[in-house]
This record gives sequence, structure tokens and C-alpha cells, in this order.
Amino acid sequence: MDRLIYVDNAATTRILPEVLDKMMPYLTEQYGNPSSLYSFGQNARQAIDEARDTVAKYLNCRSDEVFFTSGGSESDNWAIRMAAHMLEKKGKKHIISTAIEHHAVLHTLNALEKQGFEVTLLPVNEYGLISIEDLKNAIRDDTALVTIMFANNEIGTIQPVAEIGKICRERGVLFHTDAVQAVGHIPVDFSGMNIDMLSLSAHKFHGPKGVGALIVRKGIRLPSLIEGGAQEKGRRAGTENTAGIVGLAEALKLSCEKMDEVIPSIKAKRDRLIEGILKTVERSRLNGDPVHRLPGNANFSFEGIEGESLLLLLDFKGICASSGSACTSGSLDPSHVLLAIGLPHAIAHGSLRITLSDDNTDEDIDLLLEVIPQIVSQLRSMSPVWEKIVKGEKYE
Amino acid sequence: MAQYYSDFVMEHFTNPRNVGELEDANGVGEIGNAKCGDIMKMYIKVEGDRIVDIKFKTFGCGSAIATSSIATEMIKGKTIEEALKLTNKAVVEALGGLPAHKIHCSVLAEQAIKAAIADYYKRQGIDPTPIVGEIQDHHEEACDI
Repeated sequence: MDRLIYVDNAATTRILPEVLDKMMPYLTEQYGNPSSLYSFGQNARQAIDEARDTVAKYLNCRSDEVFFTSGGSESDNWAIRMAAHMLEKKGKKHIISTAIEHHAVLHTLNALEKQGFEVTLLPVNEYGLISIEDLKNAIRDDTALVTIMFANNEIGTIQPVAEIGKICRERGVLFHTDAVQAVGHIPVDFSGMNIDMLSLSAHKFHGPKGVGALIVRKGIRLPSLIEGGAQEKGRRAGTENTAGIVGLAEALKLSCEKMDEVIPSIKAKRDRLIEGILKTVERSRLNGDPVHRLPGNANFSFEGIEGESLLLLLDFKGICASSGSACTSGSLDPSHVLLAIGLPHAIAHGSLRITLSDDNTDEDIDLLLEVIPQIVSQLRSMSPVWEKIVKGEKYE
Repeated sequence: MAQYYSDFVMEHFTNPRNVGELEDANGVGEIGNAKCGDIMKMYIKVEGDRIVDIKFKTFGCGSAIATSSIATEMIKGKTIEEALKLTNKAVVEALGGLPAHKIHCSVLAEQAIKAAIADYYKRQGIDPTPIVGEIQDHHEEACDI
């Protein structure tokens, strides 16, 4: 293996050296507890306060609306579970979401269904977009919450969040968005988009793992999920992850400051990859919306092959990517997202997700364009499904 | 370097033995379906009571391809009687183990060989069921066997 080609940036990203530098003092000499009265503890408190201001600045929210958590899954669980329980008291037991949410949302909704909540999952079109009409029609008098992801982790489709926010605000329904894949990658405007609650995770934008945030609009009395001490104004207990929080803010600052420059450059590489693959590999398709799409996301399906074998052979060439096949999900079904956009099971098994970051070079794209078609044809040569496709026989 | 599969599984996956189609096969068996994400197709050539040649084609994950490869190696040149004694357990052992949720791949390999032998008997005008037994395949609703 010559070098590592990391193109799985929707899974996690490389921590930036500048981010680690900012964190290091809080992992070493500045170990004081931010809740302690003495100056040694107050140094850490000050670092957290500054981090909160930074997050507020780049996401256009108030500092006192930012609550640090352990990451995206905790933020999603907190927002959805506690909003549901808060509004249940007002007789509202209906929640609206989509069929393509992350499991942190879908499994939380399943748990609430078992507790007597009713959940409506909006369908998506072939590109992974919800219909605004469907949303309007789904909102009822007893709807407590709308939770719709900002951008999809698998196919990269970006939902019309501002429109969703406007409708929810007009109808007086709380709106939460899982923005884990969006923050640091595309502009996110908490206030301007009428968002009530927003989840984010630092390691998706070159920050450290194990830290995230939930932004909660002022005035929403969201109860605590984690009970204990009075940290985060009594809303989220547990001694603060000072280094993680400082790292999150620095990573967000760096990502947002260079966004205008990075988006076009990543998009250009991604589009060259998409065009090249679709042109050279027969019976391949792009999954997700061609326009409303995260800058770094390319998701392909190749008929006649299975995704896990593809990933293993890519790994042999030092390429780290991901797939929505059943074998890689550890379940018997392929990705719920690929099924929701209407892909037949057999084609969903043959999917490949490439997610680029600013680290990826034109040489990386050249290598992907050389290696992917080779591996696809190698696997097709030993596939009985491909044999049927070539003969024009039915195989699903 | 840490790996998901053992070196031996990876070796069979990256350099599969007996892969392809057999022009003069007199028994062909196919197990699995594309919906479930794995299909194994075995081609055998039987002379007398012996499997003199075998080839496979597989659509599936790394372990499906590796189990197909090792299973063909294990029965090539064996008598039908010996081939029918091949269990999925023996295939897993020969590979030095598989991750728990990949064990079904070895069942597919065992059943695909049985299906090919059954097809051979059918072509001879012999009812294969008393000799080969029932072939297990994916059910309509569930993908696990």
C-alpha cells in the first residue's frame, strides 16, 4: 500500500493540527474544573464561554442557546425525547420526521412510538427530497415536533430547511434539525432559517470525537436528558469536556472561515469524479440530488456487485470508503436511505459512498477514477448477477 | 495492520480459486438471491462418481467469495459421497473462522454444492432428494438461512 486515500469524510474527519494545538493546554496543564471557584478552574470556564460565543457567531444564534453535549447522537436524543415529553403534557403526541433520518433519530422515534407517540415519516422523492406539501398536510393540531435532517449522511441530499422552518414557525410546531453533516460544510443560519433546535458534532468538521452541541432557541424550556450537576445552566449535567469544546469551536471557526473558498474546490473534484465514473462504468448511477447536494458527497450504485467486496478491494489499494450494502450495515437489509429513494434491494447492495474533504487532491480523484472501474469489472467478472444482466435476464 | 477478516479469508477473497463458468458442466446449482445480497452459483463436472472439475460465480460480500473459493478447493477431485459430507462448519474451519454474522455465507456454499449435485442427478433422471436431501435456500420474506 503506497498511501492512504481517505474519502470517508462523512464517517469522520481528520482533526486539524490547529485544532489540536488549541486543545492541548486543556488536556495537560489547564486541567481545572470549570465549575470550581478558584482562578485555575475559571480559566477553563473562560475557554468554554469563548467557545460558546464562537459557535453562536458562526451559526447565527445566541451564546445562551448553545449547549455542549457528547456528540450528534446525544443531541438528537435530547432534542427529540425531551421535546416529546415536554409537549405530551399539552396533549401533543404526534411527531413528523422523514424516512431517511440517521438512526440516532429513527431509533429514538421508535422508542417514543413504544411509549404511545404517533410518528409520521414523510417519504422522499428519487433524489431524497421531502415534499413541502407533504409536510404541510402532515402537520396536525396535536403535532409536537417536526424533526428533519439538514443534509443526508449517505446520499448528501440537502433539504429545504429554511422553508421547513418557516412553515413550522407559522404553524406553531417545534422544528429540530439533525445538522451533523451540514455544519462546517455548508452555510447554516439558525435564526434566519427559523430553526428551534439543531444538533451538531465536532468530528464531522475536523474537530475531535466525543463532543457536539444542541442549539436550543431561547424560550424553549427543554428539560434535561442527563441529570446531575448544574453544568450548562442546569440543562446538561456532567463536567464539561473543556478540550473537546475548545476544539469544536476552533474547528467550526476554521471550517466556516474558509467555506467560500473550499466549497467550489471540493465540488469541482466531486463533479469530476461523478462524471468520470458514470461515463466509464456501464450500468452505474448517482444516488441523491444532483444539485441540492453536500459539496463532498458522491454516492454511486453499480449493478451486479455487492458493496462489501468493493470496499475490501478498495482497502487493498489504500482507499477508505463506505457502502450501504447489508453486509456493511451488519443487518440483512441494505441502507434504509437507498430503499427510501426507490432503489431495488439488489442495486442498493452495490452502492459506494465517497465523501471528500479539503484534504483530497486531484491526484486522489485520478486514482479513484482509475481504481473503481477496475474493481467493479473484476467483481462483475465473477458475479452470476452480472451474467444475468449481460444476458438480459431478470435478476431481482 | 488490523483487518476485519483473517489473512486466510482475505487471501481466498483476493485470489479466488476455481472462479468462472464450466463449459462442459453436467451439474449447476444456484443458491441465494440478489435481493438478499448474495448468490452462489456452482458448476460441477462429474465423471463416474467423482467431481473432476468445479467452478463458481458469486455475487456477495468478501466472505461469500472466500467461502465459495475454499469450498470448491475442498471438493475438487472428491467423490459425490465425500462432497455431500462437506459441512458449513468444515468450510469455516478451513478458513480459520469467520465473523459471527458471516457464518451464513458458509451455509450458502454448502447448499450451493448440494444444489449442483442435485442438478447432476436430475439430469441423469434420478430423483436427488433421497441422496442429497432438502436444499435450504433463502425464504421469500427473510434473507437469513
